[in-house]
Amino acid sequence: MAIHEATVLLIEDEAEIRRFLRTSLPAHGYRLYEATTATDGLAQVKARNPDIILLDLGLPDVDGTEVIRQVREWSTIPILVLSAREQEQAKVAALDLGADDYVTKPFGVNELLARMRAALRHIAGPPGEPAEPVFTLGDLKVDFGRRQVFVSGKETHLTPIEYKLLTTLIRYAGKVMTHRQLLKEVWGPLHVEEGHYLRVYMRQLRNKLEKTPAHPRYLVTELGVGYRLRTE
Amino acid sequence: MEERRPDPDVLLRRAQAEEAEQTRGKLKVFFGATAGVGKTYAMLGAAHEQQDDGVDVIVGWVETHGRAETEALLEGLTILPPRVVEHRGTTLREFDIDTALVRRPQLILMDELAHTNAPGSRHPKRWQDVKELLKAGINVYTTVNVQHLECLNDVVAQITGVRVSETVPDSVLEQADDVELIDLPPDDLLQRLKDGKVYMPEQAQHAIQNFFRKGNLIALRELALRRTAERVDQQMEVYRRDHAVVRTWPAGETVMVCVNMKPRGPRLVRAARTMATGLHAKWIAVYVQTPRHLRMPQADRDRVNQTLRLAELLGAETVVLSGANVVQELLSYARTRNVTKIIVGKPVRARWKEWVFGSVVAELVQQSGETDIYVITGAAGESRPLATQAVKRSSEWSSYGLGIVGVGLSTGVAWFMFPYFGLANLIMVYLMGVVLVATRYGRGPSVLASVLSVAAFDFFFVPPYLSFAVSDIQYLLTFAVMLVVALTISGLAVRTKQQAELARLQERRTAVLYALSRELATHRGLATLTQLAVKHVREVFDSQAAIFVADLSKRLVLQRGEQLFFEFDPKESGVAQWVFEHGERAGLGSDTLPGASALYLPLAGSKGPIGVLAVRPTLATRFLDQEQLHLLEVLANQIALALERARLAEEAQQARVSVETERMRNAILSSVSHDLRTPLATITGAASGLLEEKDQLGPAARHELAKSIYNEAHRLDRLVRNLLDMMRLESGAVQLQKEWHPIEEIVGAALTRLESRLNEHQVRTNFQPDLPLVLLDGVLMEQVLINLLENALKYAPPSTAIELSATVSDHQLVFEVADRGPGIPSGDEQRIFDKFYRAGPAREGGVGLGLTICRGIIEAHGGRIWVEKRPGGGAVFRFTLPIEQPQPTIEPEKAERHPVV
Repeated sequence: MAIHEATVLLIEDEAEIRRFLRTSLPAHGYRLYEATTATDGLAQVKARNPDIILLDLGLPDVDGTEVIRQVREWSTIPILVLSAREQEQAKVAALDLGADDYVTKPFGVNELLARMRAALRHIAGPPGEPAEPVFTLGDLKVDFGRRQVFVSGKETHLTPIEYKLLTTLIRYAGKVMTHRQLLKEVWGPLHVEEGHYLRVYMRQLRNKLEKTPAHPRYLVTELGVGYRLRTE
Repeated sequence: MEERRPDPDVLLRRAQAEEAEQTRGKLKVFFGATAGVGKTYAMLGAAHEQQDDGVDVIVGWVETHGRAETEALLEGLTILPPRVVEHRGTTLREFDIDTALVRRPQLILMDELAHTNAPGSRHPKRWQDVKELLKAGINVYTTVNVQHLECLNDVVAQITGVRVSETVPDSVLEQADDVELIDLPPDDLLQRLKDGKVYMPEQAQHAIQNFFRKGNLIALRELALRRTAERVDQQMEVYRRDHAVVRTWPAGETVMVCVNMKPRGPRLVRAARTMATGLHAKWIAVYVQTPRHLRMPQADRDRVNQTLRLAELLGAETVVLSGANVVQELLSYARTRNVTKIIVGKPVRARWKEWVFGSVVAELVQQSGETDIYVITGAAGESRPLATQAVKRSSEWSSYGLGIVGVGLSTGVAWFMFPYFGLANLIMVYLMGVVLVATRYGRGPSVLASVLSVAAFDFFFVPPYLSFAVSDIQYLLTFAVMLVVALTISGLAVRTKQQAELARLQERRTAVLYALSRELATHRGLATLTQLAVKHVREVFDSQAAIFVADLSKRLVLQRGEQLFFEFDPKESGVAQWVFEHGERAGLGSDTLPGASALYLPLAGSKGPIGVLAVRPTLATRFLDQEQLHLLEVLANQIALALERARLAEEAQQARVSVETERMRNAILSSVSHDLRTPLATITGAASGLLEEKDQLGPAARHELAKSIYNEAHRLDRLVRNLLDMMRLESGAVQLQKEWHPIEEIVGAALTRLESRLNEHQVRTNFQPDLPLVLLDGVLMEQVLINLLENALKYAPPSTAIELSATVSDHQLVFEVADRGPGIPSGDEQRIFDKFYRAGPAREGGVGLGLTICRGIIEAHGGRIWVEKRPGGGAVFRFTLPIEQPQPTIEPEKAERHPVV
């Protein structure tokens, strides 16, 4: 399902990256606007109201995280961070501030497009109740109405927390969730620092759902950042 | 006037002096006969002129004594806030040298140079503050009265009857760049005093009656004028020397002053100084340590030390000689040093004693040859304030008793001999007894034994027997001769014994020096050497000792070679730093910062200061005497040279290391230039093909080119990532973010990241589901696995399996990555973890950093990594990670089935 003529605002100071996206994105049905500074970018966000923002964190005038903060004050436009930084903390900070996802430079077009699709999908319906009563991904099937989980057609029993964890990931399918975001959603705001809870339950979940838990197909780990339910 | 070519040596010395001069501040002294002549007033006037010329002037300390005219002049000048010192309940205000040094004005005013600072100040005297200011390159204006000059101290005391305790060494005035005499005729001064312009009215009356008598004022004025005239004279001399006019003075005059424990020592020293200055001669203060020195009361010994220190202060070289004969030691030393004039004190002994015991002065005069002897009188009324205290009184009583016993034994032996031998032989028996007593128990008991022997001889063996009466008068001569011989023998025996003791003492010192130098020579390394040095100093001086060594940034670091016996607070470290910077000793028992708990000596190597030696006597009250100080200095020199040697060796070692580093850098450069250029070449070539030959290329070819660009770019990315990781690990910038992780999750993340490259190989994972959690940095550990997997992918042939597994053994997690590649060549098992090392040809070249990074990360986690040959071919990389206990607790969840709606 291609989204036609979705508008993309690219805030990036590197000319060659802008050039490469200028060639690639319109070929996949996006209309591209470009800004080279944070100030110009913020002005264009207001003027053009794009469907998605691609944001470089290392801008010459203002730090990219500041752009996220300002945009999130009034808008839920999906923001995809383009980060050359190896530091996981910067990505996590951007995500916790409200960025929707990130790609680490250097990245390929397919990776970027996948992330963009995942981010755009979530504006279709607000992240509350799942749109479909049944979620299917490969050999995994979740029936929300009956609260039943099937792997290769066989029912698998999950504990309440495992189930909640899985449904949360499904709700944001394809999009990275930071530890903090998952802990808050599943255990509540008092447990956001207890990363090992999450890792232990995620291991249990993988052992129940994945064929090879040590090489997961669906429940992938982005070390230092969080988890993602891989949909493609 | 005959112009001559200046002596090059003299010119060189002058050039060096001038060089030192340029960094030193200039000192101007406002010099006056007494208080009230207007020195402070003149100084402030001059300061205003300087300030008007744009000089940065600050008032360090000014005493206006409430004089209105003077106070008016203070206006418009910046005054340095005083340091407030609490001392015994009173608040004292003192000059603040630290602030002054930080503030660094161009010119600072320091009134009353002779002032004594409050206890606890850095220097006991203000003139020492001034010296430090000058050394720091700050110009100083100061004031001083003639009565405060050290060498005129006695003269002024004689004139006025008032001895001034606050004195300034003459050298300070001599080194002044400018001396301005502030002169006021005595009548005018008295008028000013009466008008209340000098002191407050009631003080003034008191002052006129005591100090400010006209006679005094005239005499003081004369002294001040004469001193200034002498200085002008000297300047004239300097001018003549500079301009090589004519040499007019005899070369090589040397004055030697002999000091002893008498209280007039300081007076002798001052006289010697005056003479030496007059002659432009160098001068030496000498003390001869005779065997008697050991028996002297501590007070006398201290007085000798004080006198020698005064001499040093006044610019003399001080020497301690040792020997039995004072005159011979003095003269032989004088000859070796080409001394032309010897100054001694006039004997104060009674005339008869001189007849009996002889006189040092008389002997000196007789044997001096061409050297002039000057005899200086002691001041009238000076007497020895301290009677000689007998040392070891209690033990001496028993010695006397044993002396008596000795005589008794002699008598017994003589009694048995009496029937068979003549009287002369009996006398010999007694004399032998005296010799034995003398060598064992010293002078007093031997004298007693001598007298008793004569008496016993008379009583028992001279007729009439058992009576002191003498029948034959000629026996009296026998007694007299016997007594003289006994006394002489006992004296000689005692002296021999004492000299032997002294020799033993010096022997011990020599042995100490020898032992230290031998040990220092046979050991290596700064830490060992400091430890040895501290041990020696501690043993020899019965003290606690510590050594500070300067690091590269010239900051002192305490070398804790040995357990430290006393704690250094910041104040003590400050003293050490001061000593290091100034190259002079300070602290306990010295003139600078005497309040410190230890004595600090600079350790000066041949190429500048190395560090500081701190010594604190075990008994805080015990003072190191002059001689010990000399020994300590000799030790300090040896230590300094040894430490310097060690430091040079270390530097040489570092130079070697930096050569290694240089080689490493070259390896990086060649590696990087090759490994980075290869993918770049491919990318450039393929891209240019796409750009320039797009019409000739079919879609398949274009796809091939794009694919090679893509692959090579990925390879480049990995290389750069490895290089950056290596740099971060080596620079210590990496901080582990440890959290509890299941190891499978890390494996999963690594495999996900490598997915696109794994299709040619099979990856098998084998993990128990209940492996414990491991405390580790997830991101870094993922890098380890990625590097190990990439390594396996590089060497293992396609379609072979790479197996990953983990087991728990002995509180450790053992992780394995096994491949079916060519394996590791024998002997390379360690080297493959070295930087830039590549074992054999890889299908895809790397920089040779991947495994090095793995080792760095694993070791940072407290684990170990190694490689083994895999049975059946291939290599197994294993690493361990400690399993920390206790494992984190997870709140249990009711394992119930979620309700079905």
